[in-house]
Amino acid sequence: MSAKLRNTLLYLLLTLFALTALIPFLWMALTSFKPLEEVEKLNPVPTVWHPENYRKVFEQISFARYYFNSLFIAAWVTFLTCLTSSMAAFAFARLQWRQCDNVFRLYLATLMIPGVVTMIPNYTLMVKLHLLDSYTGLIVPSAFSAFGTFLLRQFLLTIPSALDEAAEIDGANKWQLFWDVILPLARPGLITLALFTFMGNYGSFFWPLVMIKSEHLRTLPTGMLFFDSTYGRQTNLLMAASLMNIVPLIVLFIASQKFLVRGIQMGAVKG
Amino acid sequence: MTTPPTRPQNSRRARERHDLWVAIGFLLPNLLGFLLFTSGPVLFSLVVSFSNWNLQQTVPFRWVGIENYVQMLHNSEFWLYTINTFYFLLGMPIAVFGSLFLAVLLSQKLRGIVIFRTLFYLPSFTSGVALMILWKSLYNPDFGLINAAIRHVSDLLHLGITPPEWLLSTKNVLGLDVERVAVNRAQWGMGARDAIIIMGIWMGIGGNNMLLYLAALTNVPQELTEAGELDGASSWQVFRHIVWPQLAPTTFFILVMSFIGGLQGGFEQARVMTNGGPAGTTTTLSYHIYTKAFEEFQIGYASAVSWALFALIFVLTLVNWRFGNKEVSY
Repeated sequence: MSAKLRNTLLYLLLTLFALTALIPFLWMALTSFKPLEEVEKLNPVPTVWHPENYRKVFEQISFARYYFNSLFIAAWVTFLTCLTSSMAAFAFARLQWRQCDNVFRLYLATLMIPGVVTMIPNYTLMVKLHLLDSYTGLIVPSAFSAFGTFLLRQFLLTIPSALDEAAEIDGANKWQLFWDVILPLARPGLITLALFTFMGNYGSFFWPLVMIKSEHLRTLPTGMLFFDSTYGRQTNLLMAASLMNIVPLIVLFIASQKFLVRGIQMGAVKG
Repeated sequence: MTTPPTRPQNSRRARERHDLWVAIGFLLPNLLGFLLFTSGPVLFSLVVSFSNWNLQQTVPFRWVGIENYVQMLHNSEFWLYTINTFYFLLGMPIAVFGSLFLAVLLSQKLRGIVIFRTLFYLPSFTSGVALMILWKSLYNPDFGLINAAIRHVSDLLHLGITPPEWLLSTKNVLGLDVERVAVNRAQWGMGARDAIIIMGIWMGIGGNNMLLYLAALTNVPQELTEAGELDGASSWQVFRHIVWPQLAPTTFFILVMSFIGGLQGGFEQARVMTNGGPAGTTTTLSYHIYTKAFEEFQIGYASAVSWALFALIFVLTLVNWRFGNKEVSY
């Protein structure tokens, strides 16, 4: 087989798969501009474009509020997770203490615990603490990550230990060593963890679903579910809302591909 | 500088102890979170699974021993949901080998390959409630895009195919009966369970597993593949006998993780797309736990099912590990 023919075949296959990935998104985008009568017709492109569908979404449900809640909660969880994970990772990777490795193994073992097992007790805990239906209850339980600790520990281990000694000779204490020396060097690892945590929590569904009772706390996924079950027939508006839901993810992904792809590949090397 | 150049010998012990307290300080926030939201709850849910605790408090609280577990095993619904949970794993081999196939395509040195990688990854990083709502529309039996396409092709080629009812149908490719554990020819076809599997493959095939395979493929030493080519092996032979064994650790990792994830899965799909129906055929164990706990408030019973699921995952992962490690060593 000549190289040219082979490349043409490869491009054909790649394009075929790319189209399979893309067509549902295209259908979503085109439907979001259709009038309701045309949703169930087969013309792919709307005969008359209705950009006001997007405005209607904001009028019918508090979509802006859902956006804000999702971003606000995901941002807080991301900040707290990065802080607690990097501190724990620092203890595991840069401090000498007995049982360090054993405690770390224990941490890793908790990664195996399925979410469904901890969900019910966490929910009853929130009920007892009167944190149901509150930002605190939505944010705090998600702010501790064994995966994050693991990821950052692997990253911190690659930073030369000569730095610690140099800092110590300069009279830095451990907190200064952590905050002023190690954290700035760990920035790529932190960015990766931040991206994972943010994307994961932006789309998180189960916890907000059981925690939220009032309208003003709804996040995008729970808000979408509400929109779907209450105004289910308005497929064009639903598609507009879905598209607006995923746009921040697409922007974030394109802006940070390098970190995400490397992070996924790094996380599994030692796995 | 007044510090002596060499530290006295006795300081290592002292330093370790000193570091211990510092380490505890650094671990504290994360550790507290863990005790409160992970390890504590796991034990709590085990304890609660031996009680009849109901959040609505119509029944007085009492310890019931293993009654919840007995009730669970005698409940035919529980077995249907367990079968459903395993049924959804049927998509796993297709998804994993599909990811490998896409990774092999992407590892070719071609122009613009990063664009394809991004497009393949798109369904995976945007997956979630929004895309499930999208697929619910695509699967609409009368007006959805998928059946429109099937009808179009069928008319064009005069095939006379009746498109599946998708999310409304209890049919499945294995022809499993809904009421009892048996095969029923009338149930043979495509239905809700298959629809969810197909969507899952679409969402997952170009995702993290593909990226893991891509990284593993670039790590295969070039001398090995070149040596194979010099010996006159075809590209398939090079892949089968040289590249594939090198990928074994990655394949093992992906299979174990997909397996663990798969057994816990199906909640979002059921909640967003089907409410577990039709006739409970898309209710997985995790959705069953959700409805028991958060719609019927039977915390005790739901905890028992969640521990059964935990035990199932744990045992099967151990089996995988023993069996898989043997396979991986080459």
